[in-house]
Amino acid sequence: MNEVRVRRLDPAAITGIMSREVANFRTFWVSTTFSSVLEPVIYLLAFGLGLGATLVNRVDGISYVEFVGTGMVATAVIFASALPAMFGTFVKHRFQRTYDAILAAPVSVEELVTAEMLWIGLRAGFYGCFPIVVTMFFGLDPSPGMLLIPFFSFITALGFAAFGIAVAGSVDKIDQFNYVTTLVITPLFLVAGTFFPIDQLPQGVQAAAQLNPLHQLVVLVRHAAFGFVSTDLIRVAVLIGFMLVMWRLAVRQMTKTLID
Amino acid sequence: MAAIELKRVVKHFGAITAVDGLDLDVPAGICLGLLGPNGAGKSTTMRMLTGQAIADSGEIRVLGYELPGESKQARLRMGVTPQLDNLDIDVTVEDNLAVFARLYRVNDVPAAVDKALDLARLRERRTDAVDKLSGGMRRRLLLARGLVHDPQLVLLDEPTVGLDPQIRTQMWSLIDGLRTRGATILMSTHYIEEAERLADEVAVMAEGKVVARGKPADLIAEHAGQLTAEIYGPPDHLAQARAKAEASGLRVRPAGPAIAVVGAERATDGVVPDDALRRAASLEDVFVLLTGEEAE
Repeated sequence: MNEVRVRRLDPAAITGIMSREVANFRTFWVSTTFSSVLEPVIYLLAFGLGLGATLVNRVDGISYVEFVGTGMVATAVIFASALPAMFGTFVKHRFQRTYDAILAAPVSVEELVTAEMLWIGLRAGFYGCFPIVVTMFFGLDPSPGMLLIPFFSFITALGFAAFGIAVAGSVDKIDQFNYVTTLVITPLFLVAGTFFPIDQLPQGVQAAAQLNPLHQLVVLVRHAAFGFVSTDLIRVAVLIGFMLVMWRLAVRQMTKTLID
Repeated sequence: MAAIELKRVVKHFGAITAVDGLDLDVPAGICLGLLGPNGAGKSTTMRMLTGQAIADSGEIRVLGYELPGESKQARLRMGVTPQLDNLDIDVTVEDNLAVFARLYRVNDVPAAVDKALDLARLRERRTDAVDKLSGGMRRRLLLARGLVHDPQLVLLDEPTVGLDPQIRTQMWSLIDGLRTRGATILMSTHYIEEAERLADEVAVMAEGKVVARGKPADLIAEHAGQLTAEIYGPPDHLAQARAKAEASGLRVRPAGPAIAVVGAERATDGVVPDDALRRAASLEDVFVLLTGEEAE
């Protein structure tokens, strides 16, 4: 007889759920990795080389290719975290009934959400580094600070994974994700400072951009590549705070959805 | 000690009362069939036992643990087979089992997977993706997944719903094997034959509460007597026969194209027509009399 005592946020429950994700991921990793590698290349070719060769030469003292390439980390992170979290959570809950099976085992909603966040965070953190690798082929020089980019990507991806899970726990129909992608994800992506510096925007938008976690990630990645400043610690704290708030929100929304 | 104890349990969903003052205890080592029509509260009761629904009032204890506070500890010793297939279809048979062995904190995962594969008779298909399995194999895998940790208590929620008779018989054989191993089983079903074949005791649920409880033979004797007479014929003939039987104090229920006069051994001369089909009273008679629903 198993005499194990289960506890809150039990690592066995979390790794058990993640092992399920790994088993599933093994069946579709090729297509996911293909798009995660190719997308930044396409963006770099279109914006970095296209605009860089014709309209923009240098931005904030660096080449436009490097500007876009470093900024693309944030784009890769949000698209590899928020969207899979939204759609994946909804499908597993409503269509596959996966969560009913998992919650019948000794697993809490908090552990379920945490495990899903961690898995998506790891994946998105990894894929988030691809644009940097690709940009190196276009002339970006490696630097020691870049070793922190996976960590910055990971904590940001955790926050956006939790955001996606919270959204999935709040909508009635999958079509309602359109509102979220149009009204939240696209604006966050566009005013992150990926394709143009936000200091050219109106003051109000600049202030709002400071609240955008993606903008904080973009700045951190550029500083990792070209030199940190002391205020970067505050940016890291903002990303960790965003992740914690979203985590609790996701747990709350999914508890409402999964427990009658 | 009872494996499951529910006392005065109430659960509402908005204006609907799904479970209405339910009292139910399941002694360790028996198979209790929870029989009731759709909407009787069986699935809600099952969800409350796994902590996926929280009772509005009342007390629930499972394997000595108080729910919902100690639900995770109780679930460690409990296996569940859901009504709907929720296997990971792109993943292999053995990976489906291994994930749940880990979730149930099994120490030797490979050994537990092997044992479950043997139980489901799927050892030869262990590396196949689930979507390559037949419907019967998938149901066996679903059952084995809930047993991968050798649980003390097994909850089977409509384990054979929607299955064809051949696969249903295979599932009954597996469930019967569980009984002989000494596991406590709570099995919700709306199939009368399933309850009759597998359950040591049956609790009939209607409108969120247990309306009768006992061994199938005792329930039949108490509620349906010894003989049931099925009367066939045109509607006016059936209406006359029903009126005559009810006038003499017998209970009558619909039985598809016929009517069934329950307790026909007490019928006086002429109440039951000579051409009526007389048979032993059944659990189906009890079910229909108590719930007012047609049985399946």
